[in-house]
Amino acid sequence: MKKALTILLLCSISVVASAGSGIKLEHADADVFDELSVIRGAGYFANYCLGCHGLKQIRYSRIGKDLKMNETQLRELIQFGDARIHETIQAAMTPGSAISAFGVSPPDLSLVVRSRGADWVYSYLKGFYDDPKRPFGVNNIVAPNVAMPNVLWELQGRQEPEFEAVDGKQEIVGLKAATHGRMKPREFDGAINDLVNFLAYVGEPSVLHRVPLGKYVIAFLLFLTYLFYRLKKEYWKDID
Amino acid sequence: MIDGVDNEKRRFLTKTATMVGAVGAGFLAVPFASSMRPSAKAEAMGAPVEVDIEKLEAGQRVVVLWRGKPVWVVRRTPEALANLVELDGVLLDPESDQSEQPASSKNEARAIKPEIFVAVGVCTHLGCSPVYRPDIAPADLGPDWKGGFFCPCHGSKFDMAGRVYKGVPAPVNLEIPPYYFVSDNRIVVGLDGEKV
Amino acid sequence: MSEKGMSFREWLDERLPVTKFFEDQLLKYYAPKNFNFLYFFGSLALLVLVNQIVTGIVLAMHYKPSAELAFDSVEYIMRDVDWGWLLRYLHSTGASLFFVVIYMHMFRAIFYGSFKKPRELLWLFGMVIFVLLMAEAFMGYLLPWGQMSYWGAQVIISLFGAIPVIGEDLATWIRGDYVIADATLNRFFALHVIAVPLAILGLVVLHLAALRTTGSNNPDGIEIKKNRDLVGIPKDGIPFHPYYTVKDLYVAGLFLTIFAWIVFYSPEMGGLFLEHPNFDPADPMKTPEHIQPVWYFTPFYSILRAIPSKLGGVVAMGASIVVLFLLPWLDRCPVKSIRYRSPLFKIALTFFVVSFLGLGVLGTKPVTETYTLMARIFSVIYFAFFLLLPVFSSVEITKPVPERLTEPVIPLAKREGFQWRLIEDGIRALEHSPFLAGIKQLLSKLLGKNSGI
Repeated sequence: MKKALTILLLCSISVVASAGSGIKLEHADADVFDELSVIRGAGYFANYCLGCHGLKQIRYSRIGKDLKMNETQLRELIQFGDARIHETIQAAMTPGSAISAFGVSPPDLSLVVRSRGADWVYSYLKGFYDDPKRPFGVNNIVAPNVAMPNVLWELQGRQEPEFEAVDGKQEIVGLKAATHGRMKPREFDGAINDLVNFLAYVGEPSVLHRVPLGKYVIAFLLFLTYLFYRLKKEYWKDID
Repeated sequence: MIDGVDNEKRRFLTKTATMVGAVGAGFLAVPFASSMRPSAKAEAMGAPVEVDIEKLEAGQRVVVLWRGKPVWVVRRTPEALANLVELDGVLLDPESDQSEQPASSKNEARAIKPEIFVAVGVCTHLGCSPVYRPDIAPADLGPDWKGGFFCPCHGSKFDMAGRVYKGVPAPVNLEIPPYYFVSDNRIVVGLDGEKV
Repeated sequence: MSEKGMSFREWLDERLPVTKFFEDQLLKYYAPKNFNFLYFFGSLALLVLVNQIVTGIVLAMHYKPSAELAFDSVEYIMRDVDWGWLLRYLHSTGASLFFVVIYMHMFRAIFYGSFKKPRELLWLFGMVIFVLLMAEAFMGYLLPWGQMSYWGAQVIISLFGAIPVIGEDLATWIRGDYVIADATLNRFFALHVIAVPLAILGLVVLHLAALRTTGSNNPDGIEIKKNRDLVGIPKDGIPFHPYYTVKDLYVAGLFLTIFAWIVFYSPEMGGLFLEHPNFDPADPMKTPEHIQPVWYFTPFYSILRAIPSKLGGVVAMGASIVVLFLLPWLDRCPVKSIRYRSPLFKIALTFFVVSFLGLGVLGTKPVTETYTLMARIFSVIYFAFFLLLPVFSSVEITKPVPERLTEPVIPLAKREGFQWRLIEDGIRALEHSPFLAGIKQLLSKLLGKNSGI
């Protein structure tokens, strides 16, 4: 565990960018069965993401049921105001005002971990760096020229790119901290991991049901197969 | 038959395998059958509905949709309430012993507050929605009509408390949904007051 | 059976030949006694077909075939419908495993010459089922209306545009719009749930009827019907029921266990069974970086990409499937089973299988110069197999075919060829190695301890 954290810490010092189009992604320690982490992630999502991004495929009530929280606790964690418990999660901002603010409509994040993978989301959220050429003053190493401000900068602190000459051109090879944020690097990584865990859960809530059930189904089928095997052996005594 | 065949063992194994297989098939049937139950979306649509009755005048009715069914909220006039008592003789189940209603509404007026009548507006015969006929003794319903609900599909009649008349096809009184008063002028349909 | 049950059966048999059908098809149907594991895939295909139909019916109850609602309705099934996730994964996993099973089934036919006289029609019916199955899978893949669904269908339907003169009009007619759109989705849904399954079911009946007429082939590739006893029963045949029903049940159990493992622990199969970009809703404005069909189409897709001309690619891809239909007439060797054929055929078949798998792997990769070159080499091998087959199969020097059936799997010691000796030596060396001895010792110690308790 300690070793894993050290590795994670080492990784977080610099995001390695390989030459060309492929950026090496950092490894997220995604575990949707870590209930407390998912709950913390839900809190971060409500605070930092829900303003612009909705999760239209999931209902508040489903989150409450899966994370074993009643309505009062859930309303405290995710402040959803007038919305009713059975409704799906909509962003606070309307798509129209979002387009005038960012030029694009912020995507719904219900399935982002399923389509991009946990590692991508993890690296993306950690991959913002200062770039005065961009409208929000930041760019992203994983998704270049993305139209999203770094909403987590207060927690993380600002990052600056590290350049290196590749084939005579200056290319970004990594990021380094420019200022300190409210969180220590390790703490911040944990927070991002919580967020990724929450989004992984939202991507497929049924996983909480699916995986624990699997062993019983397989045990049953193996038992049935064993019976069929005995039956086959018994009848095939005639032939062999 | 071939020598040395242990038919007893074969029968036992066949039986066991069949039984275990049948149990498996039974388990497998569960997901298929329950997938056809109302989904979480249907349940969300069936969430309790709040009705504001401040502007509802005596004798008027509002209709709200709850679980896809019309629910009537009627503010009954004192005359209509007084008429309820007189009808007992022509009704099938005046005490509402057979019909569906929350305990709080199992009384003469079939309501928590006598003047506010809440009912599911679906005929207990075959599911049409009866029309509201508060008028007394109209030409088509005859001189004995004291106001109530009339189902145009098959002619079932209900009084102002949703109780069914004798001699019509509908077998029981109209259903009263669970509901409670949030305040004097607001009710929530779909949730029992005691469970809140 | 009780008296009551007996009388009911008699009552039924007088009106419907239930018992007779059961007897003719199972009890009196004599199958060769030496089927090996390659012979299970036919009944497994039937099992998967049933799974697809049953889960498909329930999914169709919740799915909405409209461009507006399709994507969300799949997520609705995954979340809001009770057990919907299980039904969907059973269906999506079943689709992939259907092709695993069918490819093995087809390989078996080539391996043991099951397509040869008198089973040409059996093979043709099977090939039509295979083509229909591809159509079924292709149209089914559009239904989730994700990015891969959309762009995959766009690419494949555009292929029809390569046909001279009528091509573009034909593609538009298939789509019912100028691009993949609501109309396409709606008609694909209709075809996927009604038309194609009906056709497949009909052909399965024909396929089985043809099989019952000729009887099954076997690993030795000899006709058991030629060798009958006094009552007319094939000497090397055993009644399908109970012997092969119990054997098939046993294998079905194993297969379902693997099936369940995938459904419960790896339904995406690392993006192979459910592709990651398909979790993004279809967007006509944005093509994903790499478009690739699902794995089971990739061999044919690779052939398409290997040809540097639109029409040429389409023709080559079509031809790669058409040649399979012609197999009974391309292979002129009278000996059926690979067991008694020349090393030349064995080598050619190995090349063919390697090229097919190679094309499959390449089809999942982005286009690079090396990969294209490899795809071209494999494509040439693929077609060369079919083109050279009539030539060398007619002059093949075969081994004598036995009169009676031999083992289901030939033991290593009886096999000829230096490679088998090498494997045999390897196994022997391993048996005598101190490593294995150590493990054995450890095991016996552990087991000894356990049994002591």
